Amino acid sequence: MTQLALVIDLNVCVGCHACVTSCKEWNTSGIAGYLSDDNPYGAEPTGTFFNRVQTFEVGQYPDTQTVHFPKSCLHCEEPPCVPVCPTGASYKRPEDGIVLVDYDKCIGCKYCSWACPYGARELDEHQKVMKKCTLCVDRIYDESIPKTERKPACVNACPTSARLFGDVHDSESEVSRAIREQGGYALMPEWGTKPANHYLPRRRIEVTIHDDELVRVDNPLKKEIDVGPSGPVREQTLDDITSW
Amino acid sequence: MHPAFSVIFLTTLIGAGQGLLLALYTAESYAAVGVVASSPRSFYVAGGIISLVLLIAGLGASFLHLGHPERAWRSASMWRTSWLSREVILLPLLMVLLALYTMFHYLGWDLGIIGIDSGFDSDLTLIVGAFAVLATFALFVSTAMIYACIKFIQEWASVLTVINYTLLGSASGFTLATALTVFIVPEPSQGLVKLFGFWAVVITVAALLGRVMSLYRNARLKPRSTVQSAIGIRHGSIIQRAQGVMGGSFNTREFFHNAPDWVFRWIRPLFLVLTFPLPIILIITGVTSGSFAVLIIAFVVQYLGLIAERWYFFAQAKHPQNIYYQYIS
Repeated sequence: MTQLALVIDLNVCVGCHACVTSCKEWNTSGIAGYLSDDNPYGAEPTGTFFNRVQTFEVGQYPDTQTVHFPKSCLHCEEPPCVPVCPTGASYKRPEDGIVLVDYDKCIGCKYCSWACPYGARELDEHQKVMKKCTLCVDRIYDESIPKTERKPACVNACPTSARLFGDVHDSESEVSRAIREQGGYALMPEWGTKPANHYLPRRRIEVTIHDDELVRVDNPLKKEIDVGPSGPVREQTLDDITSW
Repeated sequence: MHPAFSVIFLTTLIGAGQGLLLALYTAESYAAVGVVASSPRSFYVAGGIISLVLLIAGLGASFLHLGHPERAWRSASMWRTSWLSREVILLPLLMVLLALYTMFHYLGWDLGIIGIDSGFDSDLTLIVGAFAVLATFALFVSTAMIYACIKFIQEWASVLTVINYTLLGSASGFTLATALTVFIVPEPSQGLVKLFGFWAVVITVAALLGRVMSLYRNARLKPRSTVQSAIGIRHGSIIQRAQGVMGGSFNTREFFHNAPDWVFRWIRPLFLVLTFPLPIILIITGVTSGSFAVLIIAFVVQYLGLIAERWYFFAQAKHPQNIYYQYIS
């Protein structure tokens, strides 16, 4: 059975929001209608998005790292939002595992959004139906698009290739290999939702430096200034706790 | 969670309507075995109509919650998995049973209309009423399970939610029944007023115990989801710097109560006083003096308390998605 999903590499994401804008562009132009925006240029801009990039700061200054964290529907294998829907508008496709909303059946009761621990669903304030990431279902099967571009808009847009797309049930797919070999994990595993989307952790980059690389053999002054750490490291950094 | 007044009115209005039906059936079954004197038919008819009006008002309030009320009929389809769908089926079912119950009382029908002579005057209404009572309890469970089945809203995910919805709705219904008896029954048998007053006080006390237990439980909850599990980074100090949006979103409007601190602080003592001790004092005063005014004030006070209680029920619930929406930037 196929389960399409995204794998997002937090080690690579630079937080540029290209996935957010490309997602909005593709999905606001689609057959399902626009994604509402209110006051886009005003003081309180608000609108419906399928995908957002959030930013977290890990550690305390000066030992901090910024983690950019793209968040969209995780297309859970046990989606808690699906069984609660009273109309059957919210459903999970058996053929590829994509969780979708039938906008013609949705009554806008918002119950599915309560039942999603990730806040992945947003009510469109003008169409009054629940919206969420579709994994660009109207794009990935479109045979009029070149085969290499039959991926979600966010994946195509990512300039650092932080987003991978594929079938996580196929053990030899690019995404399965990334999860397996780079420590891919799911969000909030405590609720048993089994998200299909995975995240790749920040990884410790180790470089072996030999003494002769620190000293410039061709330094005309034949003299080096000692530039070691300015003081003792006070607490653990993200690198100290990451298992990769 | 953001407390939506449509849902607050839905749950409190149908709760009172369901409680009133339970009170009517209690009186009828007590009268059937001769514990209290039988009440005039007008009492059951008036009570049934008021209960029906409360249920219809609740249903009307629920429509205000929907983005597409014209498609509401679709919501009866997923009863196999969705408690909301079950509620959508049970509420009209209860209305039909209650309408039949009221109509049979109005027409004075008994099983004689289908040729069965049981010797009881109220045999038909006792049977229809029994089904209505079953539907009432099923509806209490469905309404409460809508909230209690969301396991990650830990404040709600407890059997106490079901118990409290049942007890709080029943309490307000019995309080209303006490006032109704004094108003409608011309020379109310002291027995019936005392019966309703007794049960109104007992159920209100039980509801107080249940609600205090849930407040106690909620005060000691340890959130299972943390920012660490939410983004999958096991570090002790993580703070959000941006949530990807500057002017708020559905996520910041629907899942936070967004009320001033003082409102959130004061609403709990307010509902605890309005829902429990004040109505109990008023019911006891009203029953002993036989005053309709005091008893109807008891109901109004308790109903206002229940609105505050329901507001707090929603506002106190912390949705784990809020972890992702701590700071705008």
